Amino acid sequence: MTVRVFVPSDTTALAMGADAVARELAALADRRGLDLELVRNGSRGLCWLEPLIEVETTGGRVAYGPVAAADLPALLDAGLLEGAQSHPLCQGLVEQIPYLACQQRLTFARIGVIDPLSIEQYRAHGGFAGLERALPMAPEAIVEEIKTSGLRGRGGAAFPTGIKWDTVRKAGEGQKYIVCNADEGDSGTFADRLVMECDPYMLIEGMTIAGLAVGATRGYIYLRSEYPLAQRNLNIAIERARAAAYLGDSVLGSGRAFHLEVRLGAGAYICGEETSMLESLEGRRGLVRAKPPLPALEGLFGLPTVVNNVLSLAAVPFILDRGAQAYADCGVGRSRGTLPVQLAGNVLRGGLVELAFGVTLRELMEDFGGGTRSGRPLRAVQVGGPLGAYLPAAQWDTPLDYEAFAEVGAVLGHGGVVLFDDTVDMGEQARFSMEFCAVESCGKCTPCRIGSTRGVEVIDRIRAGDRPEANLSLLDELCTTMVDGSLCAMGSMTPIPVQSVMKYFAEDLRPTDNRRR
Amino acid sequence: MTVPSATASDPVQAALDTWQNEPGALLPVLHAVQDSVGYIPREAIAAIADALRLTRAEVSGVISFYHHFRTTPPGRHTVEVCRAEACQAVGARQLEAHAKTRLGLDYHETGADGQFSLEPVYCLGNCACGPSIRIGGAVYGRVSEARFDELLTGLDTRALELR
Repeated sequence: MTVRVFVPSDTTALAMGADAVARELAALADRRGLDLELVRNGSRGLCWLEPLIEVETTGGRVAYGPVAAADLPALLDAGLLEGAQSHPLCQGLVEQIPYLACQQRLTFARIGVIDPLSIEQYRAHGGFAGLERALPMAPEAIVEEIKTSGLRGRGGAAFPTGIKWDTVRKAGEGQKYIVCNADEGDSGTFADRLVMECDPYMLIEGMTIAGLAVGATRGYIYLRSEYPLAQRNLNIAIERARAAAYLGDSVLGSGRAFHLEVRLGAGAYICGEETSMLESLEGRRGLVRAKPPLPALEGLFGLPTVVNNVLSLAAVPFILDRGAQAYADCGVGRSRGTLPVQLAGNVLRGGLVELAFGVTLRELMEDFGGGTRSGRPLRAVQVGGPLGAYLPAAQWDTPLDYEAFAEVGAVLGHGGVVLFDDTVDMGEQARFSMEFCAVESCGKCTPCRIGSTRGVEVIDRIRAGDRPEANLSLLDELCTTMVDGSLCAMGSMTPIPVQSVMKYFAEDLRPTDNRRR
Repeated sequence: MTVPSATASDPVQAALDTWQNEPGALLPVLHAVQDSVGYIPREAIAAIADALRLTRAEVSGVISFYHHFRTTPPGRHTVEVCRAEACQAVGARQLEAHAKTRLGLDYHETGADGQFSLEPVYCLGNCACGPSIRIGGAVYGRVSEARFDELLTGLDTRALELR
């Protein structure tokens, strides 16, 4: 009997050697006359176990990881193809690995399970059921469903998705657009990448439903150029979806059109800001636009445009398929549904964790993450990307909830959680925040463009012991100016990590000689 | 119309043929040119500007805005080191220093022998398994200094074999 063996193919699995494992397995199967079918699936998001290979048995899929090509002969000898569990790399049944079993995977239910590019497998695992339910619905009914679900933008600003869609729906007749912001540039985030590399039809389905809801016939995925594998998978998936009439002039014969195209960014962090991204899509420098007008009314090429993050759009098929209430039943307060969190940096078990809002940061870092990879004490955690605060131990019991985070002066952003052990120099981290802003500022407004450069200089003076007290109050003033005077989140949020260092890790901003270590 | 140099004329025209009539064509055109030539030749700017009814300043302005685009030929291998926080948390700063020393290059530089270019990158999306680098199209995770040297040595060997 043919045994199916799964070897993941996402960027992280590849970065950890998955292709070599797949090649070696095929070669060994050939040499030993083994009857196996090699499937390149997506990743389960258990990154620390990559490459995590799985063998299909009558009892379920048995996992082994992290597997190097050199481990394969011994694994085969130990009964890999029978799902034998004696080998030390065996992780047991994949669905029972606590890291995975303890999650609430609504959006990421299929990820790692299927071949990302197979429409048949996508359908067999519930794919396109949401679209099929949406097709006969009136646009306002689809929008109502999204409103009831409580879905808020997962890109950072957390604006209610249903309200945004309604604005575009009501914006009159004529050409409208759905733009997917796939410029996932925040350090510590890779959830968008996992969606696009491992379950691309889900994003296609979500965007198509959005198009039906607001009357848009054309969509663009603005993808960061750092993700070539996502580009490849999306393009193949779009082509196959078109061939199967899930996209095109008449979606599933409904007479309603939706066309989709991937456009590549070019390495500018600022283009994750929605107006800057629209400028870039139009073929210009990614300078931010002043709002109003809102993109919902005057967006891409001046026309009404839904701009949503990958994760927001990826949540849509579940909501339409299983109903708004099923989604809204998860979560706390005004943060409904699930948040895909990404554990990264100095963490023992890094990966994707999808959970209902409300779990505390500490539970995530300890129960799932298992602490630091270095084994040293955890000192600081940056949540929400390069513009997010560094949280000290006293704040680790904060629940993941937009409002609770805002209360402690932090942001959830795109759900990236980056752990640092006690060897971190927080003064360096504060300096880097300003340096990053200087590199990535679009330059349109002075507080961000000049403020960030001056920020680096002031921090350097403080650390060199040049009138540290006076310069610290100057840094404080500079931060206030950037917050109050910048046009967009780049300049107005860069001070967040810097101020968190000033407040909670002030000892690291003292002149070098007086610092710890 | 300014005629682009012989090396650039075909790729530029091909890119324009594909994209010229699409809305927001400039970035896709620049990507197509850079993908085939390796960089955006100065001569291409005028041709692109003419075809898209833009000024040369507008085209140059777009090229200079985006870190991905370059106007000089890259080395035979481009080594990108992730500078973002998740990688910093597991030793990226030391790895950056090591890469610069090992290659004898600073960021945005290409060696005189044309072998390597060194570029910073702000996140490859491999944040749970850093520090990360990318060489050519391939991302590598958990890169120690020794692993970095090993990867470079592999490239050097391949280059020699080709001669």
